[in-house]
Order: sequence, then C-alpha cells, then structure tokens
Amino acid sequence: MLKDSDRIFTNIYGLEDPGLSGARARGDWDETKKLIELGRETIIEQVKGSGLRGRGGAGFSTGMKWSFMPKEVGERPHYLVINADEGEPGTCKDREIMRNDPHKLIEGALIACFAMQAHAAYCYVRGEFFRETEALQRAVDEAYENGLIGDNACGTGWKFDFYIHRGMGAYICGEESALIESLEGKKGQPRLKPPFPANVGVWGCPTTVNNVESIAVVPEILRRGAEWFAGLGRENNTGTKLFNISGHVNKPCTVEEEMGIPLKELIEKHAGGVRGGWDNLLAVIPGGASVPLLTQETCSTVLMDFDSLKEQKSGLGTAAVMVMDKSTDVIRAITRLSRFYMHESCGQCTPCREGSGWMWRMMERVCAGDASPAEIDLLEEVTKQVEGHTICALGDAAAWPIQGLIRHFRPLMEQRGAGQQPAAAE
Amino acid sequence: MPKLTIDGNEVEVDAGLTVLQACEQAGIEIPRFCYHERLSIAGNCRMCLVALERAPKPVASCAMPVADGMVVHTNTPEVHKMRKGVMEFLLINHPLDCPICDQGGECDLQDQAMGYGLDHSRYKENKRAVEDKEMGPLIKTIMTRCIHCTRCVRFTTEIAGITDMGMLFRGEHAEITSYLEKAVDSELSGNVIDLCPVGALTSKPYAFVARPWELKKTETVDVMDALGSNIRVDARGSEVMRVLPRLNEDVNEEWISDKTRFACDGLRRQRLDRPYVRKGGKLQPATWDEAFAAIKDKVDGLSGSKLAAIAGDQADCEAMVSLKALMANLGSANIDCRQDGSKIDPSLRAGYIFNSTIAGIENADALLLVGTNPRVEAAVLNARIRKRFLAGTFPIGLVGEAADLRYDYTHLGTGPEDLQAVLDPGSEFGKVLQAANRPMIIVGQGALAREDGAAVQALTREIAEKYGMVDKASGWNGYNILHTAAARVGGLDLGFVPGEGGLATEDIVSACGKGDVQVLYLLGADEIDMNALGSAFVIYQGHHGDAGAHRADVILPGAAYTEKNATWVNTEGRVQLGRLAAFPPGDAREDWTIIRALSDVLGKSIEVGDLRAVRSKLVDANANFLGIDSITSATWGEFGTPGNVSAAPFTSPISNFYMTDPISRASETMAKCTETFLGSPEQKTGTDG
Repeated sequence: MLKDSDRIFTNIYGLEDPGLSGARARGDWDETKKLIELGRETIIEQVKGSGLRGRGGAGFSTGMKWSFMPKEVGERPHYLVINADEGEPGTCKDREIMRNDPHKLIEGALIACFAMQAHAAYCYVRGEFFRETEALQRAVDEAYENGLIGDNACGTGWKFDFYIHRGMGAYICGEESALIESLEGKKGQPRLKPPFPANVGVWGCPTTVNNVESIAVVPEILRRGAEWFAGLGRENNTGTKLFNISGHVNKPCTVEEEMGIPLKELIEKHAGGVRGGWDNLLAVIPGGASVPLLTQETCSTVLMDFDSLKEQKSGLGTAAVMVMDKSTDVIRAITRLSRFYMHESCGQCTPCREGSGWMWRMMERVCAGDASPAEIDLLEEVTKQVEGHTICALGDAAAWPIQGLIRHFRPLMEQRGAGQQPAAAE
Repeated sequence: MPKLTIDGNEVEVDAGLTVLQACEQAGIEIPRFCYHERLSIAGNCRMCLVALERAPKPVASCAMPVADGMVVHTNTPEVHKMRKGVMEFLLINHPLDCPICDQGGECDLQDQAMGYGLDHSRYKENKRAVEDKEMGPLIKTIMTRCIHCTRCVRFTTEIAGITDMGMLFRGEHAEITSYLEKAVDSELSGNVIDLCPVGALTSKPYAFVARPWELKKTETVDVMDALGSNIRVDARGSEVMRVLPRLNEDVNEEWISDKTRFACDGLRRQRLDRPYVRKGGKLQPATWDEAFAAIKDKVDGLSGSKLAAIAGDQADCEAMVSLKALMANLGSANIDCRQDGSKIDPSLRAGYIFNSTIAGIENADALLLVGTNPRVEAAVLNARIRKRFLAGTFPIGLVGEAADLRYDYTHLGTGPEDLQAVLDPGSEFGKVLQAANRPMIIVGQGALAREDGAAVQALTREIAEKYGMVDKASGWNGYNILHTAAARVGGLDLGFVPGEGGLATEDIVSACGKGDVQVLYLLGADEIDMNALGSAFVIYQGHHGDAGAHRADVILPGAAYTEKNATWVNTEGRVQLGRLAAFPPGDAREDWTIIRALSDVLGKSIEVGDLRAVRSKLVDANANFLGIDSITSATWGEFGTPGNVSAAPFTSPISNFYMTDPISRASETMAKCTETFLGSPEQKTGTDG
C-alpha cells in the first residue's frame, strides 16, 4: 500500500484549500524556476527515466511522446494540449484533479510546455465539467496574478499561457485527434495518422496531447527525482496512479495507489470490499468501459498495471474499476455499454459506424434471450470485423467489452437464448 | 526513391506516394470508395485496408505514405477477410434496390460487392432509412443508399469552393446533407453525381430514363463555353440521354459544368428539322430545293458588298471555312465570327488565345483578372484557378464586376481607368505583379466587347509586357484571353473576320438597318439585335428555333454539336474534334454540307467533295488545324490599338450562366436552374406550379 509520503495528489478529496495558498502549502509551485532551469533535455530525460506512461488509457511513455516534438521551433509554434475530456464511463480522476488540485496541472503544463518549447497550453475540458472548469479557471487566474504563468512565468523569462476550452459533450472528442479537430472549431472526428500530432497537430502545428493526470504528476517527479517515481510499482509500470472504484463496492472512491497493486487489495482496502463479500463478486471491468471484463477468479490475483492486465487480455485503460456483484445481469451491463458506443461513434468510418449499431442490436437480442448460439458466433465475428479496422480506437472500444463477455460468459449467453435463464428485471 | 515489397514483388516508387498509389503502379488494384485522386484523403470507407508487416493493425492504404522497406500484402486471406468485413458493413444498411436504382450498372458498390460481398445477408435487424434531401433541380437524392464516403462534401468544399454540403449527426445517424435543404449553389454541382460511388446522388433530369448498357457512348467535346471540355455523350437511338465528363488533364481534368452536363435536354426541344421559307410574312415549311431557290432569287445579281455573314458562338470550323469560301466566291468581305461585337484583334494569334494554357494556371504565381467573371464564363477553368489559389501564395486582382468567385481576390476597380492604375509599378497590385516570377493576366470578353475594346486590349498588352508576363527565355506567356464562345478561336484562326473593306458585326447590323446590306447569312448567330436588321433578307442556318430563326426569311436546318463530326478550337487554341453521337433530326444536315449544296445552287461552288477536303481547307487557312488535341504556342507581337478608354465599368457578358446559347435556352433543366438560382424573371401567376 502506498505510503502517505509518496502521495502526489495530497488534496484529491478536497479537504484542504484548492487555491494557491493551499497548493503552496502542499508544495506546489515550490521553486518551479529551478525545475525549469534543469533545461529541456534534463526534464525530458527525467520524465522518460521515471517510466511515466500516459494516464489517459493507452499507456504510451510520456517522455517518449515529448521527445517526438521537433527539436527546434520552425515557422510553426509548438503547442501542448491537455486532454481533460474525461468521458470514459467509470472514470473520475481528472475531474478530482481539476477540482481540488488544479495548481499541479498548471505547474505541470508550464514545465511540459517549456520542455517542448511551447508557449501555450490548451486544456480541453469536458463540457459537463462546469464546476471543474470554474475551479480550474480560478486557479489559472491566481497563477496569472502571481506571475507564475504569463509573460514571465515564475521569473524564468519563459512566456506561457494557459487556455481553457470547453467541449460540447461528445465522447469521441477525448480521442486526441478528434479533440484537436474540435479545438479548431470543427466537428470532432478523429484524423488519420500519420501525420501524428507531434508533426501536424492543432492548427497544423506540432502538438503534444497529454492527459491531465500525466501532466499533473510531472512537477512532483522532477522535485523528487525520476528514481523515486520509477521505484514505485513494477518495472515498466511505475509510479502512482489514481484509481476510481465504482459499482458494487461498499465505499466507492477515487484513490491514489501504487501501480501494480493487486486488484483485490485495491477493492478491499480502499473501497470497503465487494458488496456481500469477495465471493459475491461476478466480474470487474478494470479500466473504464472500453476494456474487456475480468472474472472473479482472475480478479483475485491480477495486479493493476498495464502489462499484467494486458496478459489477462484486458487493459488498465484509465484505471476506472467497475465492480459487478452476482446480482448483476452482466449481459445487460455490456449491452448498455454497447449502446453507449453506438451512440458515441462519430460515424466517419464504416466498421465503427455500421458495426457499433449492429453489435448493439445483437446484444439487445442476446440480452432478451432472442439469440441462438450461432448468433453469438456471428456477434463475435462482427466484433473482430470492427476491431483494428477503424481510424481511431473507438471501434476497438466498442468491440472489446463484447469480446470479454463472450470469452467469459458464453454459457450464460447461450442459456439465456435457450430460455433457461431469464433476463434480470430492469 | 523508396523501395517497397508489394505481394512479394519489389517496386520502387516516387517518395510521397501513398501505398494505394504504389500498389496501382505495381499493377495491383485496391478496392476503394472514399479515395479519389483529386480530393483530399478521408480514409473513412476502410475498403482499401492492406496488411503491412510490422504494423500493429491493418492500414488504410489510401492514407499511408510509402516508406523505404515497407512490406505490403494485398491479397492474403486476411486482407480478403478484412475487405469482406468492410463490404458487409457497407451493405447491411444499404437498400437492396439496385433494380430501381439509377446507378445500377455503373455502381462502385455493386461492382465491388461482386468481389467481396457475401451471397446472403447476416443482418437480421431492420435496415436504416434516411430521409432524402433537397439539393435543387439537378441532383436527385436517395440518402438511404449513402455510404458516407464524403466525396461529395470534399468536392463541394475543396473544388467548388462552397460550404453547402456536410455531414450532420454522428454514428449510424450520420447523414450527408445540404444543411438547409437548399439547392447546391455551384456551377459544378453535377460532378458530385459522378463522384458518388453509389446511387445516393444521381442526376434528377436523367432519373429512370435509361440504363448505361443500352446507351451508345461517343467521345466528343463540349461547346457550351470556350473551354472545349472533353465529354462523353450517351445516346439512345437519336436521342442524347446524358453528357458525362471525359478525362483530360490539360483541359477539364474530370469536371464539367452543370450547363455542359444538363443542357442536353435542350437538344430535344425547339429543333429546326426542316427548311422554312417566309411567305406572306409567315414562315412556311419548305423543301431544301425551295429554300435554296428562295435564296438564289434574292442573292442573284447582288454585288458582294450587299451581302454579309455572321457566325454564331457554337459554329464549327468546317461550316465557317465553307461559309467563308462561299462569301469569297460571292465577292463579299463582310464576314465576322465576333457576334458580340468584340474588338479583339484577329491579326496576331498570341493576342486572342489563352497563351499560358489552362493547365499553366497552376504554374502562375500572380493573377490579374480583367473584365471577366470566370465562374460563369468558364466554370471549370475557375475551379483550376481555385486549385492554384488553394496551393497558396497566389495573389489575385480583379478589375471588373465584383462577384463571388469562390476564392479571395483584391478588387482593384471596375473600369479601364482602374486598369491603367495597375500600370503604375508603385500601385498595390503593380508591386505584386512586379514581384511575381510568372504573373498572369486573364482578359474576359467584358473588357473587349465594347466601344473601346481595342484600346483596352492594347492596355492589357502593355501591362503584360511591363510586368514580364511574356518571357521568351523561359517560354512563359501569361497573356490570356478568356473566350465565352466555343467557335471564337476557330473563327479567328481560319480568318472568319472582315476582309479588306469588309464590315464587322456592328457595322453589318447597322448596314442591314440602313439597307446597305440586303442579305445577311446567320450561321447559328442568335445573339445580335434582330430588331435592328431592317428589311434585310435573313438566312438562318442553325439547329434551334431561337432569335435568329424567328427573324429569318429562310431557315436552313443544321446540326447541333452532338450531331456532326466537326472541329472546334478552344480558348487555349487547342484544336479538338467533335464526333457524331446522334443524327440530326428530320431533314437537318451537317452544316458544311448545307453550305456546299447552296454554293452549287448559287453557281459559286466551293468545291469540296468530302469532310477531308473541308479539313484540308482549314489547314490551308491555318496550319494549326493540323495539330489535333495539341497546342502550338503563339509568337508574341504587336496587337490592339492604343487609344482612349472610356470610364464605363466592365460588365461580364454572361448574366445568366444557365442560358447562354440556343441549346441551353431550350433546355427545361436550365430553365429550372435559372428559376432556382437566379429567381424567375417573370411574374408568377396564380396557376404557377
């Protein structure tokens, strides 16, 4: 279990003042100038060395991503875009940061921008996060007033501006290139890659898109050193992470923990255990709606990090743990997710546009007991026809939960089709 | 040059190509719907997926740039399975209405379903239905068939330069629409019909009219404007059913204007299908012999100076050279092919053609438009200007009527005085032209068809010379005349202009009014003031009952452009052959044969036996006629007559793009377009509609 002294987000529950004085008391903005004076290369080396992997879901090395930016600023300015469009069902970590620890994000943005020679950071906040936007804006205003950011950020001479942009409520705008399109004022549809944002990003300029949490942990990594961060967790899955535990647990919560904590420990220690005890556990979706679920058996042993979950054919995603006890109609649960992806597909590319609706309709029939075993085969085949064939990862996200369901609960699905096991009441 | 391995064969291709293009170069066809070489890459249909070694996922080959050492697989079972999967997705919500779909037989989806479709549907749910959208009188929509490739959206925004189309909503509710249910307001809108890979956007006038396999396809050229767009005319029997573009990178790429495409229904209406002779003030049907006799009665004994001929805007070169020969035999020098009264100087070829060529627009780096609105005068050429504009750093100045040209320009003024101001190198646009390496000027007929046209042309020459638009060393000639009449350059090339002491159009018309000219031969000329012709005996040879036929004393029914093998020269000076797609109706004949027959009756035979003989007459008149489909660059020299210019502003010769000639004026579709886009000029009555 993570020691209190190793916590980064010390005000995640909002028990203390989220404002500048409170933030300073918790160590934020402490000699930021010195951090910047480390120089670009050192900063990027430190972030690389810390093993920090992107906290938005894909888990790509943050330091590596930063190093993809052009070494010199050419005719086009560089930008940092912060992805605060936290739309993955079950996920509620970025919103806590913006509410209660916004200065960590702003300080991190300054350092990241300096490291990538950007003078502006755009924070794309999910439209529904109205209060969070207000909280973040308050913090930005405070930072400007105190000269922490602005024309001479922290007295370093570096010009840095922090802009907040509110989204309009589309899940797909959390995909980095759709976010960029949306930020440019266009319809939020993912772009083709290549070119990658580091080459052609927002307004055609080199851009790095990072998750809120990835940016917010950077100042602490630099202060305490990459070795400290790398020393937490397991190799290649280092550091601490905000976990969101929801569903059938006694105390749903958001908690910062060490990467690689056993799932069982996470649920029992922090969320008060599964409702009705561990044996009452049916399944867990370990990383937000888009990753395949895990059965109770796996949950008893699996570690919560990128690689362990991948071994179990699931993923850490955003580390939003959704717990389902045995009262759950798991088919209905996945059907609901399937409907979500049908509704949120941008409609740009064929497999996702057509497949997400098809999958949902089949799921509805499976759910109602109207599907034969052959149709479950068809459903699985359709998920394979979508997976990997789309422009962005939404197609995969729509396919994986169903694949997980079929992998682990196929007998249940067949039973229901045979009329042996009625659907649970709504 | 990157080397890559495609299906086991190593190929070397140019850098910057996409994998799809590289595959094509290697002779492997990749199925696709959304990809189109002239539009931006969308990569959304996913039909072109290929397997790339060392890539985590299959890649859309249309969007993936080639890189050295790539190993691409395009025909493995996995790739085939991917394509089958995508095809199945496209088909699950596509209606099975091919038997009643106008795209049937020429549908990309149909064709590729043969290769990648399943023989049955696994989709048990209800198919999606999408409400049809109103897109005006030209485009018929059946949006349930749409596969969301967005080619139409990309065409309208990128090529046509309008924002009328887009995709609304998301996911499976996504719909392609014209947003406000308004007609797609572009002169190029019909091209989306060709671009649409399925039957979602089809031609409204052509709806349920014919099947592609029952049509005879003839490759020919268009005469609705002076571009000579390459077209394919599809005819069933003697009826032209539709007109489609043909690929010609140098002229129209693969676009045509809506007038070119849709005016063909005018070929079925108001046709002159037999000779007429005016008797007792009324036109009466007659035989050819009677018509020729009536002419002979009138012409016999008249001196050449009492005769005149004007050639119209769609006249073919064979007819013009024959008529020129006939008039010479009759001793008349009063011939002119400039029925709009243009003062363009016929003496030097470089002074009346589009010297830079249409494709040359893409090499220019500054443009001055004078008295022209290319959007209505040559819509496809305007798209070329827009293409160059989108490529960046292309300052454009306009002296003339301000109009929405679909690209940004600086409006420098409206009249010749503003043009004179450009001559000052210190002026705003003077500096631009000074700085440019390959500047270009496009002079429209609005600047030349006026009293001071010759002086204006001299002024434009002065500008061209001053700013180095004509550079002998590099071969760059940026002096361009944009004609509006398909017949014009051909007429000028073969010398259908007043001979020594001869009269030009305006003088012919006034001489008719005064009685100095007693017989006027109109070769499809309908745009002159028929009321000013006094008591002159008018012979009208043409194909439509338009203004000229109404005024005529004798009507000789000729052939429209789709009904004859004939030559036209486009505004660049490109000699192109039109071919017979359908026979002229009734007694109507190919135009040069009428003139030959008449010359025999008059005893002034022009002595041509067959088409080859006429064409050798063309070559005699101008050696350029030897070079079919090619362009001979013209030598620079003196032209125009320096003089005083008036202050009157330039006006475009075309006020209604959809009705500029006898064919488009007879077209019902063009009438609908006029009403939709320009508003009906007539007062509507209570029974309208």
